[in-house]
Amino acid sequence: MTIKEIQNELIEDFSFFEDWMSKYEYIIQLGKELPLINEAYKTDDLLIKGCQSRVWLHADYQDGKVVFTADSDAIITKGLVSLMIKVLSNQQPKDIVNSELYFIDEIGLKEHLSPTRANGLVSMVKQMKLYAMALSAKV
Amino acid sequence: MTHYDIHSIRADFPILKTTVNGKPLVYLDNGATTQKPLAVINAITDYYTLKNSNVHRGVHHLSQVATDAYEITRKKVKHYINAAHEHEIVMTSGTTHGINLVSSCYGKQFVKAGDEIIISAMEHHSNIVPWQMLCEERNATLKVIPISDDGELDMSAYRSLLNDRVKMVAVTYVSNTLGTINPVKEIIKLAHEYGVPVLIDGAQAIQHIAVDVQALDADFFVFSGHKMYGPTGVGVLYGKEKWLELMPPYQGGGDMIKEVKFEKTIYNELPFKFEAGTPNIEAGICLANAIDYINEVGLNNISLYETELLKYATKALNDVEGIRIIGTSQEKSSVISFLLDGAHPYDVGVILDKLGVAVRTGHHCTQPLMERFAIPGTVRASIAMYNTKEEIDTLVLAIKKAASMLL
Repeated sequence: MTIKEIQNELIEDFSFFEDWMSKYEYIIQLGKELPLINEAYKTDDLLIKGCQSRVWLHADYQDGKVVFTADSDAIITKGLVSLMIKVLSNQQPKDIVNSELYFIDEIGLKEHLSPTRANGLVSMVKQMKLYAMALSAKV
Repeated sequence: MTHYDIHSIRADFPILKTTVNGKPLVYLDNGATTQKPLAVINAITDYYTLKNSNVHRGVHHLSQVATDAYEITRKKVKHYINAAHEHEIVMTSGTTHGINLVSSCYGKQFVKAGDEIIISAMEHHSNIVPWQMLCEERNATLKVIPISDDGELDMSAYRSLLNDRVKMVAVTYVSNTLGTINPVKEIIKLAHEYGVPVLIDGAQAIQHIAVDVQALDADFFVFSGHKMYGPTGVGVLYGKEKWLELMPPYQGGGDMIKEVKFEKTIYNELPFKFEAGTPNIEAGICLANAIDYINEVGLNNISLYETELLKYATKALNDVEGIRIIGTSQEKSSVISFLLDGAHPYDVGVILDKLGVAVRTGHHCTQPLMERFAIPGTVRASIAMYNTKEEIDTLVLAIKKAASMLL
């Protein structure tokens, strides 16, 4: 699926939630299910520093696609990270670089991307694109 | 709790009637900033409607009106903290500005290579970094008073840190993260035995505890207007005359001069020597309204009410399964930091926000303190004169909800 298709699917999934609570319960669930990053990658140089919650991000390049794994010490952040990975992992570098992430806004989680939110998510998206950019330059 | 009529107090703060995410706002982030009473809000409008003009400059009527109003604040601050002289009250932009002014000007004059500065393990970054910068610049050493697991200063360790090389002791009156009230009077007395001046960071004390800088014998005392129901962008540096006279100016510019020639400038007298440039006039003037408001309610009443509320909140939170309170000092004021076992403070904060409860989460600008307790941060509820037991009950329910979702 393309980045756009995945985003649209997520928007549809989220449209079934009637209130904030079920939405957040789902995000928390995603956080709990996120395949853990290899402990070896939870190092300081793979740490994206948000002000409050910490996010580790690792990128692999396999068969022309970027595979992201990540983790966070906060479960809601982890859930949101999981959404980002659903959308951007297993995609070609150039598609990641050129992607426009509108789904967060559409599913009503825009506040989590505000810079004051200090959850490291904004820096994470930036870092994902940087990895992709570096890899697409190599290709 | 009959120290005052809480309903009429709450009616004075319009923002308390607003809703967040469809829920009535429960504002428990007063350590970050307090809400403003109508008396302050109206004074701000009045200022721009009737008084706006630059201070200490013009001979025209409006400039005189603004200057008089601005100087009334200085008088009120003097009384509020019982300073000996009005010229010991330097208007700043806030606590951070005050500390930077002292570290820079006092440091220039008195701190040399090999000297030592003492701070404590529970300081806000604003009372760490300026001293660190000074120490780096002067090749001096920063010494830190350790704290106990309860969050109390180790006074015997403090005593052993004092010696003739120490040039300044800078400690907080009330910890913004732990709520600990430090024995500042004793800290000052001990430092003075070595002739060492003491700066007290009063940012979290000034709105809760009656402060008498002469009784404390503090050499410097700093605080912010916005944490005491006043406007943002104004603060106070109290300094003993003898120190302020000996310190060089902070910034050069207008207002701080008596005479400017290209060969040499004669600096203005106190306090103007430290007040270069046009200040935040609106905030400066309206700080007086905040002080009046506190005085009308009575700081003593506020103190009693808040102490009782803090006790209630501490008990209520201790009754919640899995809650661990960080900072359990005997003497505490208005702040409860806690962790919910197995949940990251950030996650708890997000859920509380959804339920209309405003708390602070994170390291509260005290990263070394978080390291001391080996935790990533805390959830902090901080109370003010307008908070109620019902709001504490809402907080507790919200925490239980967060626990059920997160754990």
